[in-house]
Formats: sequence, structure tokens, C-alpha cells
Amino acid sequence: MRKSLLTLMVLAASVSSAGLAQTAMAATGEVHLEEQEWGFDDFFTGTYDRAALQRGYKVYREVCAACHSMKRIAFRHLADFGYSEAQIKNIASEYSIEDGPNEDGDMFDRSGRPSDYFPSPYPNENAAKAANGVAPPDLSLIIKARHDGANYVYGLLAGYEEPPEGKELAVGQYWNKVMPGHVIAMAAPLSDGMIAYEDETPETVDQYSRDIVEFLAWAAEPEMERRKRWGINVLIFLAAFAGLMYCVKKKIWKPVY
Amino acid sequence: MANKERTPFENPVVEWVDSRLPVFTLMQKEYGVFPTPKNFNYFWNFGAIAMFMLITMIVTGIVLAMHYTANTELAFDSVERIMREVNGGWLIRYIHMNGASFFFIAVYIHIFRGMYYGSYKAPREILWMLGVLIFLLMMGTAFIGYVLPWGQMSLWGATVITNLFSAIPFVGDGIRTLLWGGFSVDNPTLTRFFALHYLLPFVIFAVVFLHVWALHVTGSNNPLGIDTKGPQDTLPFHPYYTIKDTFGLLVFVLIYALFIFFMPNALGHPDNYIPANPMVTPAHIVPEWYFLPFYAMLRAITFDIGIPFTDIVFINAKLGGVIVMFGSILLWFVLPWLDTHPIRSARFRPLFKIFLLILVADFIFLGYVGMQTADAKLFGVVPLIYLGQAATAYYLAYFLVILPWLSKNEKGRELPASINEAVLAKNK
Repeated sequence: MRKSLLTLMVLAASVSSAGLAQTAMAATGEVHLEEQEWGFDDFFTGTYDRAALQRGYKVYREVCAACHSMKRIAFRHLADFGYSEAQIKNIASEYSIEDGPNEDGDMFDRSGRPSDYFPSPYPNENAAKAANGVAPPDLSLIIKARHDGANYVYGLLAGYEEPPEGKELAVGQYWNKVMPGHVIAMAAPLSDGMIAYEDETPETVDQYSRDIVEFLAWAAEPEMERRKRWGINVLIFLAAFAGLMYCVKKKIWKPVY
Repeated sequence: MANKERTPFENPVVEWVDSRLPVFTLMQKEYGVFPTPKNFNYFWNFGAIAMFMLITMIVTGIVLAMHYTANTELAFDSVERIMREVNGGWLIRYIHMNGASFFFIAVYIHIFRGMYYGSYKAPREILWMLGVLIFLLMMGTAFIGYVLPWGQMSLWGATVITNLFSAIPFVGDGIRTLLWGGFSVDNPTLTRFFALHYLLPFVIFAVVFLHVWALHVTGSNNPLGIDTKGPQDTLPFHPYYTIKDTFGLLVFVLIYALFIFFMPNALGHPDNYIPANPMVTPAHIVPEWYFLPFYAMLRAITFDIGIPFTDIVFINAKLGGVIVMFGSILLWFVLPWLDTHPIRSARFRPLFKIFLLILVADFIFLGYVGMQTADAKLFGVVPLIYLGQAATAYYLAYFLVILPWLSKNEKGRELPASINEAVLAKNK
């Protein structure tokens, strides 16, 4: 009877939590997102694709960075992509960073260093708002800051459509089937062939979107690979330790029964 | 006086210390030979597990406080700095973040255990009431802690909850201003919440000490709910329950680790990774999952209470909701006097057992309702608000009507003569 009670509780808990997850999605009023396959999504062994990260960074740099800041990422973090120290120094030096004040009290521009964070396209939020109507969000955490972030951003980039008949859009507004409310202030940012890849990777909107999502997923959770690797070890240790303790418990309790 | 009853220890160092400060004698008495009913099931693990979670939260919390900055301009960035730049910072934060959820899981199971086996009944009323106090303090601490990362849900959750206090007549506005330290949730709110979030866990720890003290006066209840009658009914706490608690704790930590390492944000809300912005209200403000049933009860009161067909209102809907929400937990304080049935364990009270299990389902359902928007509909037809009201009504009726009624009218089944007999009969 005791066992059946426990089973009942576990069942009730799992059934209700599954139900909760479903309705949580419904409650947000978002459109159904198409589930894409992501290497970093694998529950136990997810990893980032280094080549995709490098390509995604290129997409960010050439397209997104024109409007979107990523102020939590520093050049030195790019070591995660397999870049060497020299390569990172080289990449950083291509940027101009405002520093200062110097001894005369003036701000000055210098070339970037690995310890610098990505420079933002606008000096402040009001400037970003003035240039775009609404301030483009910082992308450092965007994948974590949206429900089903990776599929959402991928869907958004591919989700531009003509507005349905009768819908009038103001200047600077666009129709996107994935955006909550469907009206978005960002024009479709990608088009086929707009970014030149160095290898044979197809230069399509779909591929660009996949690569930028990989890059943004990394930016949101740069610790993910290590986290999952440690996690496997922790689980193995705990399972073995628990098993051992179960045997000890059995042995100690034997005379009682 | 304890010194006179002391048996000397063989180890001279231990003996030297113990004859001056009998900590070894105390530990030996309370955790070594402490007589414990021999028929515990695994529900009895969750006290030790909750204790482990409290310590885990305090230790990780202190480390986080070393890196956190309580300032609205810097709080979000300082948390992200912990996640990205501090060595092992992401691990400490994920342990703490998910630790809140797992602390609540352990405590909810612990409370259910107490209700199911009648652990609140004489002579354990004070033990039970201290437990309810711990739960209330935990809720306060958890709510305040969720504000600290200063994400969107931090700010707006804090705004919704602190605004509740303004419903209290006469003093409500004053309390709210005091909580805010100003006229909205802002920097003074964050700094005082941080101070309190550091203080309250130690208050909890002190009440836990009293809780354990009271436990060691009355001794533990057990699945049969009958008193121990002698040494044949009990086992020394060590090694029997130290090893059983260790095993149970490891299984619990295994599941906890699964969340920390593989789905650390599954129990959180994505909006809290958006920095707080007082100018933008999130589409749907929801509290953390462990508050959802109470949040549903708060929202269930959508009507003013007064004299029907007149404009006279005694309790407006907002105050009514606040009373029901806090009352739903305050009822637990008087639970020992609402359920006065002489039998403790639900095993021997078939009717009580059914109503209690319905209450559990009801509570989980309330959690589901609390998660939905106010105008949501079940299967797109039934307005959820009515179901939430029905569930709230059952919750209140369980404590205020069903338990007192059952106390008088439920016959109950025959109790075994002793724990030992029941254990022997079962093992035959």
C-alpha cells in the first residue's frame, strides 16, 4: 500500500508537470516553433560546433553588430572557438576601442586587445532608440532570455512574411510570424550570399541563421560544454556512491529484519 | 547536572574536552544512541534532506554574496559576471538557484509526510508549529532572493507582491513604503532585500534548531502513528538512520545534480535573463513554481465581500485575496486543533486518507491555475478562474470543515498493539 501511494504521487507529479510545460507554451500566446536539430541541445553530451561558431561570429560581425551590442563577450572568450592567442590578438586589433581618459583628461581611440569587450554600436540606449525606433536588444543572453531560445531566434530570422491582407504596417515595421504580436522593428537582416564564407559552406539564409544561433547559444551559455562534462562525472560518482551506501544500509539493517 | 550522568570517554582528549563542555555526550545522546522508531519509511528522510539543503543554500549564498553587487545599475551585470568570469561561478549560482527549488521540494514532501502520518498531533504541536514558521520564513527568503538578480521577473514579481501589502487597512500603504524604501521598487528596495536575504537564513537556522530540539523531546512519529512502548520498538539513530539518511540524501542529490548540470534553467523563467526595466511590463508575470498554488488562491478572490445588493463592502477583492493567501498557510498553525481525531496515521483512517490525497491533487491543480493567465480557459472552454475558486474552496473546506467533521465522525481502523508486533507481522 505504501508503495502504491508513492507510485501514485510520482505519477501525479510527472503527469502534471508535463501538462504544465505544454500549457505554459500555450499561455505565452506564441506561435508554434519548429523544432530544429542543434548539436548543443543534446541533453548529456551537447557540444558547440567550432566551425559554426566561427561562421556565426562572422555573421554577427558583418550583419548583427551594426545594430546589436554584445557587451558581455570579450575577444579573449573567442578562445572557445579554437582560435589561438595570436589569432585573437589579431581579431581584437581590427576593432577600434575608445579608452581613457589619458593624462590630459581626453578620451582616445586605440586598437582592441583580447581583454576588451565587444564594442557596442551605439554610445547609449537613447542613441540606439533614436536610430532604430526601438533599442535593439543586447544579444549576449538572447537565447536564454526567450522561451525555446534557439528555435525562436532561428524561426524569427526565417519568419519574415508579407503582412496579411488588411494589416497596415507603419514605416519601419515588418511582419514576422514568430515575433510575439507579429510586428517587428527589424527588417529581415539576412539574404542569400550576403556573407562570404571561406569554405564550401552554403551561403544561404538558412545556413547563416543556423550559424548565428550556434554563436548566440554559445554567448548565452559559454560554460555549457564544461557543465555537461562535469555533470556526467558528478552523476556517475553520485550513482556509485548511492549504490554503495544502499549496500551498506542493507547490511547494517539485516539483523533488524 | 548533565555532567553527573556523564559516562567517561576512553580517548583522553575527548574526555578532557567533554568533562569541560559535554559536546561529545550531547552528540552521543542525540545522534548516537537516540532511540528512533524502527519502522520509518523513506518519507522520513526529508528532514535530513531539508537540513542539507539549508546548509547548501547558506554556503553557496555566502560565496555568491562575495561577488554580488546590490545596486540596480550593477546587480544584473554582477550576476552575469559570476556566471562568466568567476571561477566556478556558474556552478555556485546554479547550485543556489536550483537549490531554492529543491529545498522547497524537500520541505513540501516533509510537510506532506507530517500531514499524512499525523505528526502534528499531541504531543508534537509545537514541533509542527515551528515547522510552519520555518516554511513561512523560507517563503520570505526565497521571494526576496528572486529579486536580487534584478531581471524583469525580479522587478515585476517584487512589484506585484509588495503591492499586496497595500491591501491591509490603515497600515498597508505604510508597510509597502517601508518595504520599498521609497515610492516604487527601486534601489533602496534592492539593498534592503539583499540585507534581509543574508539575515533570514540564519533566522531559519535558529528556528530549525528549536524544531530539532522539540523533536528530540517528543521523539519522532512513525508510519503507524502509535507511540513507542519500549526498546523493542526502537533502534539507535546511529548507524541505522545515519546510513539510511545518507542513502536517501544521495538519491535526492542525484536528481538535484541532474538539474544543476543539464537543465539549470528549466525551473526558472526566461524573462529573468532580461535586465529589469521599469518602463516595460512583461506580458505575463508569474512567481516561482513553489509559490504558484498560493498565487492561485490570491487570484481566486475576484469578488468583494459585503452585504449583498448594497454597496457596503467589508472586504474588497484584493484584501480578500491577501487574507486567503496568507490564511491558507496560517491555518497550518492551528492544524493540531482542527484535526482532533485520536488516530494519527492516515493508514488507519481511510476517509481522512482520501480527503488528504484529494487535497494534494487540489494543491497541484492550484499550482497549474497559478501559472496561467487570469483569463485562461481549460480545454479552451471552462474559465480557469472558476476552477481555481473551486480548488481554493476545497483547500479551505478541508481544514475548516472536513477535518473537524472527520475528527468527530470517522471511526478509523484498529491500531496494532506495538510497532514491534507490526514489524514482525509484516516480515513473516
